[in-house]
Amino acid sequence: MTKASPLDMLLKALQPGAAPVAWTDAQWDVLLRLARAADLLSRVGARARQQQWPVPARVAPHLHSARQMAGRQHRELALELREIDRVFAAAGIPVVVLKGAAYVLSGLDAAAGRMVSDIDLLVPTKALPQAESALMMAGWVSANRDAYDQRYYRTWMHEIPPMQHIARGTVIDLHHNILPPTGRIKLDPDHLLAAAVPLAGYAGLRVLSPADMVLHSAAHLTHEGELDTGLRGLVDLDALVRAFAEDPAFFGHLQQRAAALQLGVPLFQALDQAQRFLGTPLPPGWLDAVAAQAGVSRRSVRQVFLARCWQAAVPPRHPLLAHWFAPVARASLYLRGHWLRMPLGLLVRHLSRKAIRAVLPSGEDRAST
Amino acid sequence: MIGAVRLGDMAPADVSAQLRSGGLRLNVPPFVVNIRSDIPVVREGLMALYGRHWVLPPNEGFSDFHVAVKARRGWGRAKCVFQMDGVEPFTPLALNEAFAFLEWGLNWCVTSQCHQWITLHAAVLERGGRAVLLPAPPGSGKSTLCAALMMDGWRLLSDEMVLLDPQTLQVTPSARPISLKNRSIDLMKARAPHARFGPVAHDTLKGTVCHMGVSDHSLAQAEETANPAWVVFPKYQSGAGLTVTPRGQASAMADLFANCFNHQVHGREGFRAMARLMAQVAAYDLVYDNLDAALAWMAAQVEAP
Repeated sequence: MTKASPLDMLLKALQPGAAPVAWTDAQWDVLLRLARAADLLSRVGARARQQQWPVPARVAPHLHSARQMAGRQHRELALELREIDRVFAAAGIPVVVLKGAAYVLSGLDAAAGRMVSDIDLLVPTKALPQAESALMMAGWVSANRDAYDQRYYRTWMHEIPPMQHIARGTVIDLHHNILPPTGRIKLDPDHLLAAAVPLAGYAGLRVLSPADMVLHSAAHLTHEGELDTGLRGLVDLDALVRAFAEDPAFFGHLQQRAAALQLGVPLFQALDQAQRFLGTPLPPGWLDAVAAQAGVSRRSVRQVFLARCWQAAVPPRHPLLAHWFAPVARASLYLRGHWLRMPLGLLVRHLSRKAIRAVLPSGEDRAST
Repeated sequence: MIGAVRLGDMAPADVSAQLRSGGLRLNVPPFVVNIRSDIPVVREGLMALYGRHWVLPPNEGFSDFHVAVKARRGWGRAKCVFQMDGVEPFTPLALNEAFAFLEWGLNWCVTSQCHQWITLHAAVLERGGRAVLLPAPPGSGKSTLCAALMMDGWRLLSDEMVLLDPQTLQVTPSARPISLKNRSIDLMKARAPHARFGPVAHDTLKGTVCHMGVSDHSLAQAEETANPAWVVFPKYQSGAGLTVTPRGQASAMADLFANCFNHQVHGREGFRAMARLMAQVAAYDLVYDNLDAALAWMAAQVEAP
């Protein structure tokens, strides 16, 4: 293989069809380090097995180990989803499974080697209190006892604070929307719930329709201020689009749906990044049409700057990829994430509060030796 | 090994230079570890305890882990941090604990990243082709017994963790220096004056800590796996004499599970592997107050059919 940049090697390994033949041990060394930092080692491991890569004997155990970890999470997830299905069916509450758990449930390629630590669920806003108490009765309790955080989530966010099972430790993020109600894009979650697809073998679990699944993934990526798993998010999006593109009507439908839900801008921005990083195949001219329909120009100063920020912030944080612009881009996107989420007055209040708390000693400590 | 040199044959200045730049690539079977550090005690500890280990050419090949122990100066006492490729899993420790921190950090690398094995918190040694697992909570004298057994001719596979293959039930050696605490340090220094000892770190979370080097004989067989034949739960108890009690399979298995780092990762297959392991080993509780009596009993078990 010719000399590629460290990031290029990781990106190649994540794309279909590109088996790393004749890589040197040093190249494998770089690949594993970056994949681990991006939380994508198990994804690379899944690719290696699917495509039967010739993996050196010293490297193979690490990929095997990462697959074991992901396999364990998927096994645990399957058991938890059975339980969640039972709880919600008994309470008569409709529920939609989101993100990683949904990919696993749907058997999509996006699930191959995907680490799934939390279970994201969406319920109708009016059923939120009922859903929360049903989960509490089944053993999931709010892990966060901080009064300000509780108020922050409940008043301004699209989800309530994470709930953790008292015995098994599994974590549920309960959502009533996929974007914050105080944010700049107003999204009626009833549209998503109405289009959700039931899953065979479950009493009531559903997943988002293919177009909505892509839109959620795109909106999540472009609205998230913290991009610690940014590349993993793009890998999800890329895998979803590649899988759904087998339906010839998919892209037309996706474009219409984006317009109807006013999610054209995030769709354009996220797929633009997916195409740059992972070569996501899109019909010629389609992305420009999505942007134009949403009223943005790819060449506007704003879009060019944002694209540049994502280019710098999406790669994993790793000494091998250190670049002066990355911290600037991350800080810009962090502020933008909050800016999109809440009106300015609220934003100033929230960030001051966080700044003060960062200086004051906190009760929580990291794992000690 | 091509291009490799023993750490003990390198000039301290060269070792320092590698530790401070791209890293010292040390072969610690079954791993290659790339170590960086700007702290002198880390170099001293490595040179004292890993002198017989091979150093591979820097900046090439594959390393299982890229770790660093770095000084971090803040407002208070100087501290050090452990990093695996930039990730800091632990809160900082005092600077004089830097070498011990490296050893503990490497244990974490294995338990958090190496799920190709079932990993158990136990010492493991081998004699006459049969391996013994010694699982025990801290304070039970496990490391002391382990060090004494090694000096008595047993091959050390690990004083800290068993790497058990879930299919073959073979244990892969991962011998690293034995972590001795408090009174065991002087005890072992008196019993084994010619053994290698590392820097002493006082006032750590575990008290005073000092590492003791792996015997040459254990290191020479670092590539050979071993078959577990027995499990012994040791407990040092002053004035107890020597009491050996056979342990039932179910109870021994439950205790081994309590000492397992990753049984949840291995799920049902892991459970079955452990059950197969229990069927092939004899299990005992060993309470002792005299190290030599315990060694004699262990030696007698090896001779027994």
